[in-house]
Amino acid sequence: MKVIKIEKSQWSQGLDNLRDAFRLFGPVIEKGFYDYRELAAGQAPDLSFQNTRLSPKSLVFPQSETMLNYSLDPADPERNIMKEAPKDYAPRAVIGLRPCDAKAMVLVKMNFDTEEYQDPYWLNLYNATTFVGLACDAPCGTCFCTSAGCGPYHEEGLDVLLTDRDDHYLAKALTDKGAQLLEKAGWTQAADADTIIEKAKQAAEAKVTSKIETDGLRAADTMALYNAGFWDDVAFACINCGTCTFSCPTCWCFDIQDEAYRTKGVRMRNWDSCMFPIFTVHTTGHNPRDTKTQRVRQRFMHKLKYFVDKYDQGIMCVGCGRCVRQCPVNIDIRKVSALMNALSVQARCAV
Amino acid sequence: MPASTYAKTGRTPLREELVENPYLPYPVRIDDIVVESEDRNLKTFKFVFLNPDEEAKFAYKAGQFAELSIAGVGEIPIGIASSPVEKGFIKFTINKAGLVTSHLHNMKVGDIMGVRGPLGNWYPWETLEGKNILIVGGGFAFTTLRSSIIYLLDPANRKKFKNITVVYGARSPGMLLYKDELIAWEKRDDIDMHITVDGTSDPSWKYNVGFVPPITEQKAPQGDADSYAIVCGPPIMIKFTQPVLEKLGYDHDHIILSLENRMKCGIGMCGRCGIGRELVCKDGPVFTLAQINRTPREY
Repeated sequence: MKVIKIEKSQWSQGLDNLRDAFRLFGPVIEKGFYDYRELAAGQAPDLSFQNTRLSPKSLVFPQSETMLNYSLDPADPERNIMKEAPKDYAPRAVIGLRPCDAKAMVLVKMNFDTEEYQDPYWLNLYNATTFVGLACDAPCGTCFCTSAGCGPYHEEGLDVLLTDRDDHYLAKALTDKGAQLLEKAGWTQAADADTIIEKAKQAAEAKVTSKIETDGLRAADTMALYNAGFWDDVAFACINCGTCTFSCPTCWCFDIQDEAYRTKGVRMRNWDSCMFPIFTVHTTGHNPRDTKTQRVRQRFMHKLKYFVDKYDQGIMCVGCGRCVRQCPVNIDIRKVSALMNALSVQARCAV
Repeated sequence: MPASTYAKTGRTPLREELVENPYLPYPVRIDDIVVESEDRNLKTFKFVFLNPDEEAKFAYKAGQFAELSIAGVGEIPIGIASSPVEKGFIKFTINKAGLVTSHLHNMKVGDIMGVRGPLGNWYPWETLEGKNILIVGGGFAFTTLRSSIIYLLDPANRKKFKNITVVYGARSPGMLLYKDELIAWEKRDDIDMHITVDGTSDPSWKYNVGFVPPITEQKAPQGDADSYAIVCGPPIMIKFTQPVLEKLGYDHDHIILSLENRMKCGIGMCGRCGIGRELVCKDGPVFTLAQINRTPREY
């Protein structure tokens, strides 16, 4: 699709034009870290960021979200009957999403948008959102997107891909949604810049030198990986803090809880984590994943094998490197994947 | 979901919002409560839908489960004990164990709550047509097996299946579920019933005494290509029944189990009931032993 040149002098005016039609979200710096926030009138996203500390998954999957509400008032004829909580699914636009995080949304969508059931909360927010990506020209040292089915200029899941060219942006419209956004902003100056973008893409990809090894995982025997001898070593230092699942753009597990006060109550969902023992404990006290080794294994097996088996769409990881950077005990998904991959290759040779 | 329920900001939605909300329970009224066991820890709740058209939407098959939903308390996944051939109500037998079940045990006839479902898969009735069926159940896991037996014995269905054998055991006579029905089934000649208890001091007890696995070994017919076994019970019973069924000649893909795991959403979204690539709530709860053998046993 077409490429538009946006002079930086036109940037904030364009954003203001968008506010009539969209709620705008973008990266801002807060207490020393970047995070996605709703942009106030006149506020521009801070696109000098490398990436945000937390993933942008909360934009379509809030950490805590009211699903249903109800009355517990004995005098109310509708008491104890669940109602849908009011929601605002008017159009939103995220300005400055990294391509890895956009690809993560595509992976998570496989979970929330299935043939049998569609999760209305996730999908309504996702569908209401226009994703304007920002290509990475200076990837972090821990980024391994290019070997995780993604890349610094990856377009999957984005409606527009922006490339920063110092005094201007090149905006590539990737979907109709994206083209409409550019039009509404008043950014209309067509540019013949395919070669420039392609060159910048190659330069950026060359900077991502860290890799994840996954080529043997698809053909590997699930139970052989599950029963591998290295899981105790992998999990040894883990303190079950849940930072990995919290910061991961592709982790979607959640809990559902009721909260009631006097005559009113809500049913809400909150992010949850397979790192926590209570995640799987039965009422009897029996816990199928009672030890931290079992829980650490679950996280890596889900991302690198079960997901691969279930959807055959690659691994459930986009190589953003957040878990690698933020794990307090330096557990590294690249090292775990290498162990799993080596075992996979070995097991195949043995057959 | 009607657009009017949303707070509008004046901006035009990009596309239609999704209409169906699988998290929204159907409101039901508690119509009857029966204490099933001598320890009073098991009660059967009969629910009637407040909106009759929602009963039609709740069309289910024997082996499925539902989320029972209590405002202000929470939800629990429970196997459906009523049978698709029983109309006008649904039934669940609840063991008082945790927060929601304890609250439910204190509720009264006439109280309003919610039911979400039906959820999960069911026993493979299409595959089982024209086959011998052995049903092995233990304790209060007999609920979906009751649903199945009522379904099988329905005059419209019975002729579709060959021999039906049931082995059902509980700790004591007073812990058996659905006693009136068990006795009625004992008297029929189109179902071969073997009721057993772990032990009893009741001299008038005229059925079997012994754990489910050895009684199965003594009473169950041999397995062959035309025979399937459905097993539902506590983990210890399943563990010791498996070798018995193997000895009787049931292949692993002819042994059908119903699993349990901690669940929240019941529709494959929330992630906690996963065993390998399978989600117990959506891909199960019914699996063959052959399937389970290929899956981490994290249940």
